[in-house]
Amino acid sequence: MNFWIIQGLNGLAFGSLLFILASGFSLIFGLMRIVNLSHGAYFMLGAYVGLSAIEAGVNFWIAILIGGGAICILGTVIERFILRRLTGQPLAQVLVTLGIAFIIADTCVWIWTGDPRPVPMPHELAGAFRISHLAFPIYRLFVIGVAFVLAAALWFLLERSRLGAMIRAGVDDLTMARAMGIRTSLLFSVVFCLGSALAGAGGVLAGPILSVYPGLDTDMLPLALVVVILGGVGSLLGAFVGSLIIGFIYSYGQALFPDLAYMILFLPMVLVLTLRPTGLFGKQAF
Amino acid sequence: MRSPVSTLSLSLIGLVALLVMPWLVTSEYYINIASQIAIAAILALSLNLLVGWGGMISLGHAAYLGVAAYLSIYLTTQAGFGHLTGALIAIGATTGLAMIFGYLALRASGLGFLMITLALGQILWGVAYRWSSLTGGDNGLGGLKRPHPFGLNLMDPTTFYYFVLVFLGIALLCMARFMQSGLGQSLQGTRDQPRRMHALGYNVWLIQWLSFVFAGFWGAVAGLLYAYYNQFVSPQALHLTTSAETLLMVIAGGTGTLLGPVVGAALVVILKNVVSAYITRWLILLGVIFVVIVLFMPEGLVPGARRVLRALKNSPHTDKDADVSSIVRDRTQ
Amino acid sequence: MLCFRILLSTTVLATLALAPAQAAEPLKVGFMTVRSGALAAGGRQMEEGLKLCMDEHHGEMAGRKIDLITADTAGQPAVAKTKVQELVERDGAQVLIGPLAAFEALAIDDYIRQTKTPIISPSAAAEDLTQRKLNPWFVRAVGTSAQAHHPLGEYAAKDLHYKKIAIIADDFAFGHEIAASFQRTFEENGGKIVQKLWSPLNTAEYGTYITQIDPDVDAVFAAFAGGNGIKFLSEYKNYGMQKPVLGAMTTVDEGILKRMGSEAVGVISSGWYSAAIDTPANKKFVEAVRKAYGADPGYYTVGAYMACQFLNNALEQVKGDISNKEAFMKALRNVNIPESPYGPVKLDKYGQPILDITIRKVEKKDGRLQNVVIKTYPAVSQFWTYGADQFLKSPVYSRDWTPAK
Repeated sequence: MNFWIIQGLNGLAFGSLLFILASGFSLIFGLMRIVNLSHGAYFMLGAYVGLSAIEAGVNFWIAILIGGGAICILGTVIERFILRRLTGQPLAQVLVTLGIAFIIADTCVWIWTGDPRPVPMPHELAGAFRISHLAFPIYRLFVIGVAFVLAAALWFLLERSRLGAMIRAGVDDLTMARAMGIRTSLLFSVVFCLGSALAGAGGVLAGPILSVYPGLDTDMLPLALVVVILGGVGSLLGAFVGSLIIGFIYSYGQALFPDLAYMILFLPMVLVLTLRPTGLFGKQAF
Repeated sequence: MRSPVSTLSLSLIGLVALLVMPWLVTSEYYINIASQIAIAAILALSLNLLVGWGGMISLGHAAYLGVAAYLSIYLTTQAGFGHLTGALIAIGATTGLAMIFGYLALRASGLGFLMITLALGQILWGVAYRWSSLTGGDNGLGGLKRPHPFGLNLMDPTTFYYFVLVFLGIALLCMARFMQSGLGQSLQGTRDQPRRMHALGYNVWLIQWLSFVFAGFWGAVAGLLYAYYNQFVSPQALHLTTSAETLLMVIAGGTGTLLGPVVGAALVVILKNVVSAYITRWLILLGVIFVVIVLFMPEGLVPGARRVLRALKNSPHTDKDADVSSIVRDRTQ
Repeated sequence: MLCFRILLSTTVLATLALAPAQAAEPLKVGFMTVRSGALAAGGRQMEEGLKLCMDEHHGEMAGRKIDLITADTAGQPAVAKTKVQELVERDGAQVLIGPLAAFEALAIDDYIRQTKTPIISPSAAAEDLTQRKLNPWFVRAVGTSAQAHHPLGEYAAKDLHYKKIAIIADDFAFGHEIAASFQRTFEENGGKIVQKLWSPLNTAEYGTYITQIDPDVDAVFAAFAGGNGIKFLSEYKNYGMQKPVLGAMTTVDEGILKRMGSEAVGVISSGWYSAAIDTPANKKFVEAVRKAYGADPGYYTVGAYMACQFLNNALEQVKGDISNKEAFMKALRNVNIPESPYGPVKLDKYGQPILDITIRKVEKKDGRLQNVVIKTYPAVSQFWTYGADQFLKSPVYSRDWTPAK
């Protein structure tokens, strides 16, 4: 019994991290049809930036904002000056983001020397939370909380705000949205900034659990892809459910079938694709 | 559009250069680099079938390289098969894998196709990495001796180079034939006008699937040669970066051309193996080159160079002998 | 470009032809390191250690100038193979130092045999390189995976009186070999390994493994490489785990110890080196490293440093003349350094150093975490107390290896 509870919590915590990563990816993909293969690199770079901020004496919460902000700026610059030149060529855009991922990854080795670095967690969240003989790290409970709050906030943003209405209009029919006077150019920049910021801030937030090291980008990117394929393109709910499913499979899989753990992460994706190519909650196929 | 004469003459010059190359460079090191380029070129050519002519961007093409390499080494060194049987089974099984992967990946198109191929590639990488009793884990499999087909000593770098070159030649011929065949033509049709092709009664899915399997077959051939060249294989062969680099070769050289992937393969292999001796941050350079090519020469180096050449020909002061490789070299430096 | 190459190669050929060991001519040493990708941190530390040693000798050994040529293998076996060709064939390297990872060393093994190039390994610990797959041209300047951990198993049973231990280790050859060697001596001394968890090298988070650890064990033996020790130990603490942790040499290596916090304090591990070894030779070395790079030397730094000292020692034996490769190789296998950061070092007939193994405990001293030495097992062979013949009869340590009862 304890096993199922504790591994369930583990899965929830890992799924929460995945959601923070994948929500930004899905947002960008849903509106702009850009498969941003730099997203894992953004996540890693955000963590490094946040780490440097913390080492410079900044408090952890501010460091999350700095990490998110820095990647937002980087993302916006890349969107404005590179991706926009390739509007209407989704494949060229994918390839550019792949090249950028190479550049960011090697730049990180250059600047941060490739040493694996833990991001120190805030003192108030260190240690374990105990009920009878069950113990679970407080920080992970906090991460789970952040993911749920983020999910709610994003839902509110998309479903209830004016910006959200514009984004939804853009996702459904870009030409129509443009015809109705929505400034899609600005909208794209805002969404790309937001998606990038989520990756950057997520990197800092994940830092105390995953630590930062060269290769973090390629470790995380495939997981974000799987979440999005599973959940359905551009669907917030899909990203949320997809993240949790992958989180649970990750944690129970490693405990129950350690040798197959990595492979079975991808099985639900294959299954969903064969039975329902749009993903669980997607409206459209890719 | 294209002037066939200049293409032909360029190809001839290239061919002669490739054939006499071992006499020009005295160091076996450069001959080995050339062999690696030829192997990478076969892989890139096979990916180009999908990317260039099918419009299907795959980020999991290392799968066929890696699986064929693993199988051929496993079968010959551990399972006691002979070189020929081992090679045939490896290529056959890898082609079979391409049939399954093609079935799964073609459930989607465009970006979905890209993500599925990437994910499938990751599964294989995970298998190679974790199933250590079979694959040797991170240490990989080694101990393969190069075969002696028809009494050729393939341990000799020059002989091996020509051996690989023969395969590259066959691959090029096959690709050219494929392009002109009904299947190749209709594949290009599905790329440009999928709906119209469908309306015309073509089975778009079948066309794409057959091309996918054909590409997988040539990926397997490259994998076999990769195994012979390196005499070992490790999970790196299946890694996402290998797939990404192969895609880079195709895009950089020029999609949908015959020579493009070959030039792209040369570019990447040289950057990774030769330039890295002089420039520590060669990966950044690789990324920058990639971004620049996609932005400014989206058609790739070979068609881009043709364009530049045509422009030069039309201006009065031209050096008509400027060849593709000099332009390629300019770009790499 | 092409012409230049031809010119270059002809000059190289010409110089080679003219070159029967003029002592004044520089000796070309090829060095394989990693500058890009996941292993870049270790590669940088190797470069630092090697540079320190070269500077110590003012770039000259046995009267010959050393011409060091560095190559980046990117931590990829296929690239390592090309790079070794580049060093040997194009650049004319006569001796090699490197590469970093065992899988790289295995990838170039055939080539080394073929070209008969002496090679000194500064880091790859894979057992069979000096055991069942002995390469006559290969000498190792570090311990083997098991060499450092046979003593720890005995120590855990005899000195710490642990009875039941759970092992968690990286799921790759290095982790398998460490875990199996620890298990062997621990169980031979009355202990019992009750659980073995294998986490993949790229495990994102250790929560799922930590929560599987049997609550009834006396201690946990954690065998990690690279940065995984950092992740594991901090999560271990955050999960409120109380059982003592034993570590492999690399779990709390100085290279990553500097990044750890209180979670590492108290971890007992074993190794052929600790920056806290209290000998004049080591103090001098540590001081030099701290001065140059601001951190304690660890596994990679000292490994590359010692590889370079091996080279120096062998060159002095042959008076800088390596035209006779067999004689040079004999000298390399005959390396004898009475005082080094490791302690006294000499090689067995398999080209593997016999080393003092220390049991270390992480403590905070002088404001930083250090692996304080609490016991030393002098002159430990790679075969422990089993003897080469008996040891080599059993297959190499692996994941499924179980001790013969």
